[in-house]
Formats: sequence, C-alpha cells, structure tokens
Amino acid sequence: MINLTIDGIKTTVPEGSTILEAAAGIGIDIPTLCYHPDQTVTANCRICVCEVEGNHLLQPACSQPVSEGMNVKTRSPRVIEARRTILELILSHHPQDCLTCIRNKNCELQDLAEEYLIRDLPFEAKTRGLEKDTSTPSLFRDNDKCILCRRCIEACNVIQTVGALGIEKRGHESMVVPTLGGTLADSPCVMCGQCVHACPVGAIGEVENIDKLLAAIADPDKIVVTQIAPAVRLALGEEIGMETGALDMEVFVAGLRQVGFDYVLHTNFTADLTIMEEGSELLQRLAEGGTLPMFTSCSPGWVVFCETFFPDLLDHLSSCKSPQQMFGALVKTYWAEKMEIDPSRIVSVSIMPCIAKKFEAQRPEMNASGYRDVDIVLTTREVGKLLRMTGLDFGQLAPAKFDSWMGSYTGAGVIFGATGGVMEAALRTVYEIVTKRELENLNFEFARGFDGIKHAEIDLDGTVVKVAIAHSLAHARTLMEQVRAGECPYHFIEVMACPGGCIGGGGQPYTKANAKRIERIKAIYLEDEKMALRKSHDNPEVKILYEEFLHEPLGHKSHELLHTHYKAKPKKAL
Amino acid sequence: MAVEMRIALRNYGKIDPNQIEDYISRGGYEALKKALTMDRAELIDQVKKSNLRGRGGASFNCGQKWSFAYNVEADQKYVICNADEGEPGTYKDRLIMKNDPHTLIEGMAIAAYAVGATEGIIYLRGEYPQLTGLLRQAVDQAETKELLGNFKLSVHVGAGAYVCGEETALIESLEGKRGEPRFKPPYPPVSGFWGKPTIVNNVETLAVIPEIVLKGADWFSSIGDPEFPGTKILTLSGDVKNRDFFEVPTNVTLREVVFELGGGMRGDKKLKAIQVGGTSGTFIPESQLDTTIGCTKMSVIGATLGSGAVFVLDESRDLVDVNLQITKFFEHESCGKCTPCREGTMRMRELVEKVNSGQGEASDLDLITKLARVMSTASLCGLGQTATAPVTSTLRHFSAEYAAKLKE
Amino acid sequence: MDYKEILQDYADSPSNLLEAFHAIQDECSYLPEEAIIAAADCFGVPAAEAFGVATFYSMFSIRKRGKNVIRICESAPCHIDGAADVVAALEKELGIKMGESTPDGNFALEFAQCVGQCQATPVLTINRKPYLNVTPTSVPAILAEYR
Repeated sequence: MINLTIDGIKTTVPEGSTILEAAAGIGIDIPTLCYHPDQTVTANCRICVCEVEGNHLLQPACSQPVSEGMNVKTRSPRVIEARRTILELILSHHPQDCLTCIRNKNCELQDLAEEYLIRDLPFEAKTRGLEKDTSTPSLFRDNDKCILCRRCIEACNVIQTVGALGIEKRGHESMVVPTLGGTLADSPCVMCGQCVHACPVGAIGEVENIDKLLAAIADPDKIVVTQIAPAVRLALGEEIGMETGALDMEVFVAGLRQVGFDYVLHTNFTADLTIMEEGSELLQRLAEGGTLPMFTSCSPGWVVFCETFFPDLLDHLSSCKSPQQMFGALVKTYWAEKMEIDPSRIVSVSIMPCIAKKFEAQRPEMNASGYRDVDIVLTTREVGKLLRMTGLDFGQLAPAKFDSWMGSYTGAGVIFGATGGVMEAALRTVYEIVTKRELENLNFEFARGFDGIKHAEIDLDGTVVKVAIAHSLAHARTLMEQVRAGECPYHFIEVMACPGGCIGGGGQPYTKANAKRIERIKAIYLEDEKMALRKSHDNPEVKILYEEFLHEPLGHKSHELLHTHYKAKPKKAL
Repeated sequence: MAVEMRIALRNYGKIDPNQIEDYISRGGYEALKKALTMDRAELIDQVKKSNLRGRGGASFNCGQKWSFAYNVEADQKYVICNADEGEPGTYKDRLIMKNDPHTLIEGMAIAAYAVGATEGIIYLRGEYPQLTGLLRQAVDQAETKELLGNFKLSVHVGAGAYVCGEETALIESLEGKRGEPRFKPPYPPVSGFWGKPTIVNNVETLAVIPEIVLKGADWFSSIGDPEFPGTKILTLSGDVKNRDFFEVPTNVTLREVVFELGGGMRGDKKLKAIQVGGTSGTFIPESQLDTTIGCTKMSVIGATLGSGAVFVLDESRDLVDVNLQITKFFEHESCGKCTPCREGTMRMRELVEKVNSGQGEASDLDLITKLARVMSTASLCGLGQTATAPVTSTLRHFSAEYAAKLKE
Repeated sequence: MDYKEILQDYADSPSNLLEAFHAIQDECSYLPEEAIIAAADCFGVPAAEAFGVATFYSMFSIRKRGKNVIRICESAPCHIDGAADVVAALEKELGIKMGESTPDGNFALEFAQCVGQCQATPVLTINRKPYLNVTPTSVPAILAEYR
C-alpha cells in the first residue's frame, strides 16, 4: 500500500494506482478528456496534469503511478494555468458553433470550458476548414471539431477491430481520418457507431433524421407509424433526466403520440416473429445438413462486418431479416391491410438504439412491401430530443396503450436488447418445439453477462446443440476466424456488434463506460421477469399473423417478406 | 588554453573504417574481451562510477540507466543505439559512425553483456543512408571474427522525424509505427522495445564505453568537470571562423570554444549570442561565455549542453528572425500527440511571426511567455518541453530586439 | 508494379516497415496507395496504421512527385547562411515553386530539416545524397547530374 497526500488530504492506496484513481477514491474529481475508463491510457490531452512536489514537470494524473510520500496538488495556480491554456489552445482551433452543434449541452469540451471559466481566446481562432464527411447514411464526421483525443480510434481498431479510423500526418496537421484518408464509405466502416460514444465532442455523430420526421408529421396526407426497439425504453429515461429503466413504457407511448406519431407499435413484436422464423431455420439446417454454424443476422453492423471481412462465410448468416426490417415489410402489407390504410400513405419509422439501422433501412433490397419498408430511422438520442421538445413532464403524463396487430410482445422479445438475449429467446422457443415440453426455468444464465464470448451445450432430449454468443466485433472476429479455419465447434451463434448488445448501441444516450451498459442489461432482464408472457411463440398477435397471413414459418409469404440475402462489400484497404 | 582530447574520436582519421583489422590493431575489442571476464554488476558499477552521463542531451548517468535494466528479470532485453541525430547544428554521431563504426559496436556489445541483452539495434536516421552499408559491413566483420558472441546487432533506418531522437518515440518507430513518444513511467529500461527492458544510448555515449572499461572509472571521472566528466564533441556552426568539430574535456569555457577552437568571429564581427545544445538550446549572451560546458555548470545560467552543437551568431543577426525559423522547425517536427505541443508549437510560430513582421504587441510577448511556461511543464515529451527555450532565453537576454519590432 | 516482390525482403520484422517504404520510394519516388495496402498486408498491420506511418515521416510522400527529390535544409544554421537564396535559385532553374514537381516528372522540390552537415551550410540533398556549401551559382551544375 502507498501513502500519499492529495490537496492536503492523506490517503492510502494499492501500489500501481494512478493519481487519478487515488484522487477519485477520496472524492477529488480531476478533469480528463482523452482518458476513457474502458480504454488504454494515452495521456495525450494533458488536461489532467497535476503538480507533484519535487518535480518541475506537471504530471498527468491518468498515467502517473503514485509513490510513497507523494505530495500532489490537483488545483494549484500552475495547474489551473496549464489547464486553462490547454483549453484555450483547443478552443482556438475548434469551430465556435456550439449553438447548432449536435453535442450542444452534452459535450465534454463545453463542460470543461465552463468549469474552467474560459472567456477569451488569446490565440487567433481558426478551424482546419475541412469538408464534412456525409458519405454514409448513418454517420457524419466533422473533422474540424476533432480534438485528437484518439478515443474513437481505439473504439474502432481495438474494441471493434474494424480499423476504419487512423491518424494521418504529423503535428498540428495530424488528423483522425478514415482508413486510407478517403471518406467513411471508402473505409471498412460498419457504422456500429461505437466511435460516437467514444467521441467527447461533435466530431462524429449520427446522421439525424428529425427534420424528415417532423415534415412527415406535418404532412396531413401521411400516416406516421413507428416501431420501437427493445433496447430503447430503458435507456431513454437517461435522455430526459430519469434513471436508467425508470421511464414507463406506456408513458413513453403517450409521449410519442404527443410528438405526433399516428400509430405506435413495437419492434419486440417482430423480435418474437424473428424467433419463430429463425428458430425454424436453425432446426431446418440442423435436420437437413445446412450450413452451420448459423449466425444471427439482426445486428446490421455485424452483417456489414461479415460482408466486408468475411464475404466467403455469408452462407452462415441466417437469412432472416432483422426485426426492424421484418416490421417494415409487414407494416405496409399485413398491417395496412388489417387497418384498411393505403400503404402509399404510410411513413414507416423506427426508433432504434442503433445507427447502422439507418444504413440497413436504405439497403436496396429492403423494399419487399413494394415500398421502402422503413422510411426513417431515429436513434434513442433523437427521440430524446423530440420528447424534450414536447415540454412534457414525463413524471405526470398519463400512460397510453400500443396500437394493434403489431404492438404486443413477450419477455423474449424484450431481451433482444442485451447480449445473449436473442440466444435465450431462441432457446426458449426451440426447446419447446423440439422437446414438446414446457421449460421449467426460462432463464438461461450462461447467456447473460459481459463476457466477450459465452457458450454452452444445450441438450434437447438427446440432440445436443452447441451455442455461442459474442458481443463487440473483436469477439465476433475470433469466432469467424475459427469458422474460416474449420475449427468452430458451434451450431448456432448470436452476434451483437456493440459491446453489451443493443443496449450499448451507437444510437443510445452517450455511453462512456461499460458500467452503464451493465446497468442497462440489468434493467432489461428485470423487464423480462415482470412480463406475463415470456416466450415468443406465446405472442398472441404473432399467432394471428401466422394464422391469417404468413401461414407457417419459412413459408412462401415469409420468404418473400421476411428473409433476405447478403452481398460481399469489398473495400480497397483490405 | 582549450586543447582537444579525443576519446570518442580516438581513431578518427587514423584507421580505415572499412577494415576491422585497423580497429583491432589500435586496441579494438580488447575492452569487450575484458568486460566479458568481469562480473556484470561490477561492470555496471564501474560505468556508474565513471559518471559518464548521456551524450545525446538528456545527460542521465549511463551506468545508472544500465542498472535499471540489469535489475529486471526478462526473457529478452535490448540495447538500442540512438543514431537519430536530428538536432540542427549537430553532426558528431555521423563523424563517429563514418570514421570508427566499430567503437560503437564494441560499446553496444559491452552494454548488452552488462544488462543481459542479446539483441541490439542501431536506429540510424534516414538522412544518413550512406552510413547504412558501412555499419552493416562492420557488424558482419565483427560477427565473422566471432567477437560478438550471441549478441545479434541490426541496423534500422528512420525516415525524417526529429522527434524520433526521443527514446520512446524511437522505440515506437522501431516497432514499425508512427514515432510518437510514450508517457513515462514506465521507463525503457523497465519496459521498452516490445515491452521489454531496453537501454537506449547515444552514439557518443557508447563510443567512449570501451575506453572506460579499459582504462577504468577513475581515469574517466578525473577528466574535465567532475560533475560531468570526460570529453564532449562540439560541432560549431554559424558566424565562427572554424565551422568544425572538436572533442574537448568538459571544463573548457564557452569563450575558449568560440574564440580559440572556433578561431573567433567571421569577418571579425562582434559576437551577439551563441545557442548551445542544438535548436532547442538556450541563447547565451557574451557576458556568460565564461561558463564551462558541463551540463551542471550550464544549468546555473539556465542553459544546456545538449547535443554539443554550438551555433554562433554575430551582431548583424536578427535574433527574432532566427527564432522564427526555429519555431517553424518545432511546428514541423511536433509529432502531434499531445495538445500543448501540437497546438502550442503552431501558436508559438504564429506569435513570433506576428512580432517579426512588425504586427506584434506587448501582450503577444506576455502570451508567448505564458504559452512557453505551459508547454515546458505540461508537454508529454522533451520536444514540447524544450521547444520554447530559444524564445524564452532570447526574451530574457535580448528583450530589446523584440521590443524594437512591436507595433507603435 | 509488384510491391510484394519488394516487400518480401523486409517482411520478417515489423521493424523493417520504414526501410520497406524507402525501398518502394527508391523505385517510384513516392508511396502509392496500393503499396501501402500491400505493406499493411505483408507486415500484418491494419491499413490505417500503415497509412499513418506513411504520412508521419517527412521523407515519405503519398502524393506522386518528381523522380529526383531535392530537399533543401531550412533549419537555423542553413537559414542564416543563405538557404533562401539557394531556394530562389532552385525555383528559377527548375521553373517550379517549393513543394512542386517539374512537369517532365524529373524533379521534386521540398524543404527538409537539418540533415547533419552543418559544417558546410547551405546544404541540400538529392535522393538523400548530400550536397554541401551550395550557392545559387552551383545549383545548375548540381542539377545537371540528374538531367
């Protein structure tokens, strides 16, 4: 143990602790910018520098280990001058358009500028004058705002192993750029959006579709219908000043009606539907010697990852569309019929924790309904902004029910939002189909938790199915390389591109630490526990859908509307 | 009277660098043979006692550095020679390598034995491609004669980055990456090349090691300034008659260097200032020229010996203009990793440019001083920490030159 | 051009990446995108990293440039000794500005930082070979070697 003094307060911490950790332990919050709790320390922003007695150099708290008898000052005049000067340097090389920036009021640089009372910029204010990158439908990059903290690079290259971002050039000309300096669309970017969570400022963000939505709502001819993904509700509270999980689902529905949506339906409905289709597909591949292992296909970032890095293994992906896209195909066919609404008037919106879904919605083949199946994708963050704009008090708002035919769901649909949830939902149904018995315990504990790769052997009355679950693309890559080498022992694998699953998706409230993802995962399983119906095949509206429209899983109608194919995405950098 | 004493350059002009036999005939590789019979801890102690301090500019006790690596248990250790020599005004390492490559190899082999390393690398700056062949040939010759035992030495080439003279940036470059420094601790002797204990020593430091081993610690420590003993190669440039190199004991004065060895000012002009240690060195006025060159004595006047470059400027030189050129250098060479240096070197150039062009105000000089204070204490590596020394020292000693250029 | 052929001589260690890039530049005077991709593949590093290396070091260029790369030192010792006059002479002789290449593709003109020949300022290098004590009048003869 090491004894040291910080700002006059004595403390004792384990050897190897940094000044930052030691200070946090006694409630001293040292400001940081490039530091990220889930990433390697780089100590490049120098905001966290402190005075250490006996050393004329200021030491970064994030990287400097404590030593016996160390005397640290975290807010001496020298330190304050250094931090303010560093902030002045950053701000002088940064656009001054906070008011219209996507990160206005939710920006780490703004917070520090406020905390350190920056008023004048003594250096000549200028920007790099670079063009914004709007080459993808999901992400935009505004390199003028980049402060070179490099957190996005670690998120992309290490946590996701996509390698779409790097640093070019040197000195003040150095910049974060897509792989070979072109646009994001040229790079292997899969649009998972983990870079957005990593970015402390507005240098990278989602392409917002709020204006498109408001135009649709304002158009009297249009009928605006939305679906909501399972991972959205529990995190949405964070956007409107509530605790994780505290926003009641039916209050959320009421809020959406206030925003102007005509009909509010649920992606969980098609999540349950996906289980029916995908469960059947798995059983078919197992019985008929189809391509195994079969991988889930509901994570569009993961699908693009496959198409980019493992185009030789695309047959392994389930042919099922994602719940979002199944929903879109049905809302303008089945639902429109049942509601006697002219499908050409429907604006199909989805509310997602995901920004790759913006790309997925406009994939050319996603028009099985005869129209664009999903017209507008909004992230949790965008919906948060819309809800805030209503000016409503969500603590007082009267709840409202989902609309019919595609609004009911089970706990199995809910847990899609967490890593392992699709697997667990699938097993709840597949088990009962194969054994023709009811499961005693619906909780598959092996599927839960934050381990990168989880796996188990499931005994279905003699048939042993080996399953695995991966979240974050680094772990997906590990499994794919096993498959490529012919060494993969599993039959069925769930992959989520984002750490933690969809609850950690690129469109969620800005998520700096995995601790928050773990908190959201807890909320999802709680929601599942509270539900009366927890198995996809018990979903009453799904039953009606099959009876009246689809007739059977993997049937002709299903293939037409609910299944898809994939295409290799060659990138020159690979 | 300043008299040369050649230790690092003992074989300069006296041997054919292409012939290992020449080196051997003048006692070459005897030191290595002797070192191999010594206890490693004892060998390190000798080097420590000699008080040989790094000749690249950091001036850290060489033996002390070796002892850190020696004390770490590891399956692999490395000895790296920093031959990046990027400091403007400096070419001493080129002289050593071009004329006596084997002294460097022998020094590295001794260091490797001392710390327990079996691999060595010479990181040669990309601007010296003509030396690659010579160094590799020398390594081959030493290996053929089985002088190096199990010590494997290779030569790797840089590609134009002054920052790679910083030991951790050099290591990053050797790992095939951008030459961006790492934060310290951990220090290279504990965790360096591929995370293993690594000694990074300057060419000149390694070049004197064989002599220290042969002649003993006391011999070396009694030469020159006891706080910074031995000799230093100085390379003179600028307005001095003899733009030449000299290896001198560390107790010569700057005045002796310029007016005796250097032959005095060109055109017999008056001296205005000298900048010692390279382009990151401080400017020293005539009044302080009686300081001796050892780094401890230099620090008393707020100066550094650094690489031993001595850049002489006469009375006709515009110091603000020279400093502008220097700020451009650092703006170009900053690696860009840390905020104070990446942004600060650019702003420093902007501010000095503004003053030099007659558009500056007194508040700009205050801002330069504040920026320099922050850069010199908050930057991640030595480049950012020392980049502002030329400007602050000229502001201190030659403030009138800046004042004269301010807007009315 | 088959970059793999050049690269395979260096592929045994990541430490060789810079030298491998030099070898490619010795052939075509710059680092084409395909070469960077091939190097990334060869050394087992992500393309973004290889690109970051190619753009970090001042001796590498990712833009096509003249075959014979002239680099004139602009550091302080050369600066005070008349480097600017040599720059003017070069620009006049070649008909291009600093940072440009001649239309016939024979020369590229760039600034360099200290190349360690400060005993003989001003200094320039052509294809990394140093030329010492350069004056405006000695420029044509130096260039003639490469015409």
